Amino acid sequence: MPMLEVENLHVEIEGRKILEGLSLAVNAGEIHAIMGPNGSGKSTLAYVLAGKQEYEVTQGRVLFEGEDMLAMEPDERAAKGLFLAFQYPLEIPGVTGMNFLRTAINAQRKKRGEPELAIPDFMKRLREVAKRLGIEPEMLRRAVNVGFSGGEKKRNEILQMALLEPKLCVLDETDSGLDIDALKIVADGVNRLRSPDRASIVITHYQRLLNYIVPDVVHVLSKGRIVKTGGKDLALELEARGYTEYQTEAA
Amino acid sequence: MKTAAETALAEAFAAVRAKLPGDRRIAERRAAAFEAFDALGLPHRRVEEWKYTDLRALIREAKPLAAAPDAQAKRRAKGAGALLAGIGARRITFVDGAFVAELSDLVALEPGLSIAPMAKALAESDPLVASRLGAIVPTDDVAVALNTAFMGDGALVRIDRDARLERPLHLVFAFGSDTASATFTRSLVVAEEGAQATLIESHEGPDGIDYQVNTALELFVGDRAHVDHVKIGIEGARAIHVSTLMASIGAHARLRDLVFTTGGALVRNQLFVRFAGEGATLALNGANLIKGRQHVDNTLVVDHAVPGGFSRELNKSVLDGESRSVFQGKIIVRPGAQKTDGKMMAQALLLSENAEADNKPELEIFADDVQCGHGATAGALDQNLLFYLKARGIPQAEAEALLIQAFVGEAIETLEHEGVKDALMGAAAEWLGSRKQ
Ligand SMILES: Nc1ncnc2c1ncn2[C@@H]1O[C@H](COP(=O)(O)OP(=O)(O)OP(=O)(O)O)[C@@H](O)[C@H]1O
Ligand SMILES: [Mg+2]
Repeated sequence: MPMLEVENLHVEIEGRKILEGLSLAVNAGEIHAIMGPNGSGKSTLAYVLAGKQEYEVTQGRVLFEGEDMLAMEPDERAAKGLFLAFQYPLEIPGVTGMNFLRTAINAQRKKRGEPELAIPDFMKRLREVAKRLGIEPEMLRRAVNVGFSGGEKKRNEILQMALLEPKLCVLDETDSGLDIDALKIVADGVNRLRSPDRASIVITHYQRLLNYIVPDVVHVLSKGRIVKTGGKDLALELEARGYTEYQTEAA
Repeated sequence: MKTAAETALAEAFAAVRAKLPGDRRIAERRAAAFEAFDALGLPHRRVEEWKYTDLRALIREAKPLAAAPDAQAKRRAKGAGALLAGIGARRITFVDGAFVAELSDLVALEPGLSIAPMAKALAESDPLVASRLGAIVPTDDVAVALNTAFMGDGALVRIDRDARLERPLHLVFAFGSDTASATFTRSLVVAEEGAQATLIESHEGPDGIDYQVNTALELFVGDRAHVDHVKIGIEGARAIHVSTLMASIGAHARLRDLVFTTGGALVRNQLFVRFAGEGATLALNGANLIKGRQHVDNTLVVDHAVPGGFSRELNKSVLDGESRSVFQGKIIVRPGAQKTDGKMMAQALLLSENAEADNKPELEIFADDVQCGHGATAGALDQNLLFYLKARGIPQAEAEALLIQAFVGEAIETLEHEGVKDALMGAAAEWLGSRKQ
């Protein structure tokens, strides 16, 4: 059984069709890359997986470890092990990074029937992870993402991911706007979670990231559908030739 | 035509005036204040300052003056002030408007601190009362006039020059009677030059009784003095509560003020603050968390009478149910008060479609080299933010609570005392817990 199974997914927003029959299966242990032109529906897919309300699923289904994921609230999905690194991470005025992370980790543990992490244990883990990702502890005392640079926000997403240790990571253009060192750190964050019982979906526009996170499968998403699936070489091909052939094909 | 409440107040004043504490000068002042009230009557919506809080319509009847608390009333009031139990504050307790020695801690006062019950000070013609009481009172305010006419007890506090109070001073005002009645408390706090103190007042009572509170505090912050003043309104669900702060800030002094309100059916908090010396700093914050049909009106007048004053006003309202919040903020910059820097912000978080937030900012600027401004926001919780929190595993109710606490937290965090801040954040959390029931 695949870890994630998306079958014939149709999604609309405000009456506009965005995804039109998207199917995708991701097995535990795999990394899938999704590439595709602007506006093709990549973030929409990511949001629908995470459970954003305003997207209406009109057809199809999504199974996560065999369970109907669309019936779950976003927080339930997170507790089950889904994590979305946002393309545009949000600022949360007045909530410190530390408070946010501790609330999140304990809420997930509670839902899974695990005991809460005591503050010293939490702090120890947080410090370790932050250090590895080159994040100053001072940043965690500030309000989440408020006044952070674009790159810092992306790094902060990876920090959350590393701490929450999800089973399925969905990274929506986490590489955009990162300098080369930050890119390596992000890739390292994903690769560390690489294991036989975890999986990742990496949405990107740039083949460069895939030098560091080597995918098992590459998909091309165009106009709300997956129009081509291949190995890691497909990314190189796309880099050289662009999406023109897929866009006309799908039209 | 007088309303029933106005008539009852006139009758009450005639009946009790001879028994109220104070010498002949105080009695004259009471009479003049009552006359001023009598001429104007209870304020109504055509009185600009009371536009959104029509007391004439909202106060149907004036309750009789509260009797001195009996043993039962004192027993009922025993738990009052518990919200701040953990911070080691010195507690002075008033039950039904009267000082209660056995619920107050007046032993081993820090050097430079003196405290007396106001009724006693009035009766004994205390020199501090003679020199300061009424010195910074706005002339045409009806709530203050009524308070002056009926003032019974309260706290008279003096903090001497350069004295620093380590323990916060907590004035506890509790309603302990089992019959609806009215209290009129008046306090006077003088922080002399260079003094430092945290002053807290809390007002509370039972949910089942429609008692009425009119309370006033005159606060003198001397040159270079630092005062944090927190007023906590956790009155019972049927109470009517009108409070007035009258403050004057000396040169290079600092006053940080927070009015925190979760209780009471009808609440009006008036704050009149005057910059009396150059280069002083003021933070005037409000935080309301209200629901049901509560009505809370925070009205403030910041008077920059001298140059170089710095003021920040921040009012935060969280509104659920059919509740209504009013914020009226006026910044006055007098001629010659150059280099004044005054900014005012009112923010409302509407948790229900039936809640209402009114905002009326006013700037009256008579100097040219100043920086003044105001802003306002009103809206629901940000759905995108909620989704972000939920996507990290935080359930809806907890995510909402986190955002609401962050919203009001901004008005609380300017205070100095960590224990007071924690207690207020705790009170906000408790309100959030009660909201879902
Ligand atoms: N909330 C929304 N309201 C209206 N239209 C939306 C909304 N979200 C997405 N869309 C539309 O759906 C289409 C797909 O958007 P989506 O963000 O999924 O694209 P994408 O593939 O992630 O693009 P990019 O590469 O630029 O990030 C776009 O045309 C977009 O304008
Ligand atoms: Mg996108």
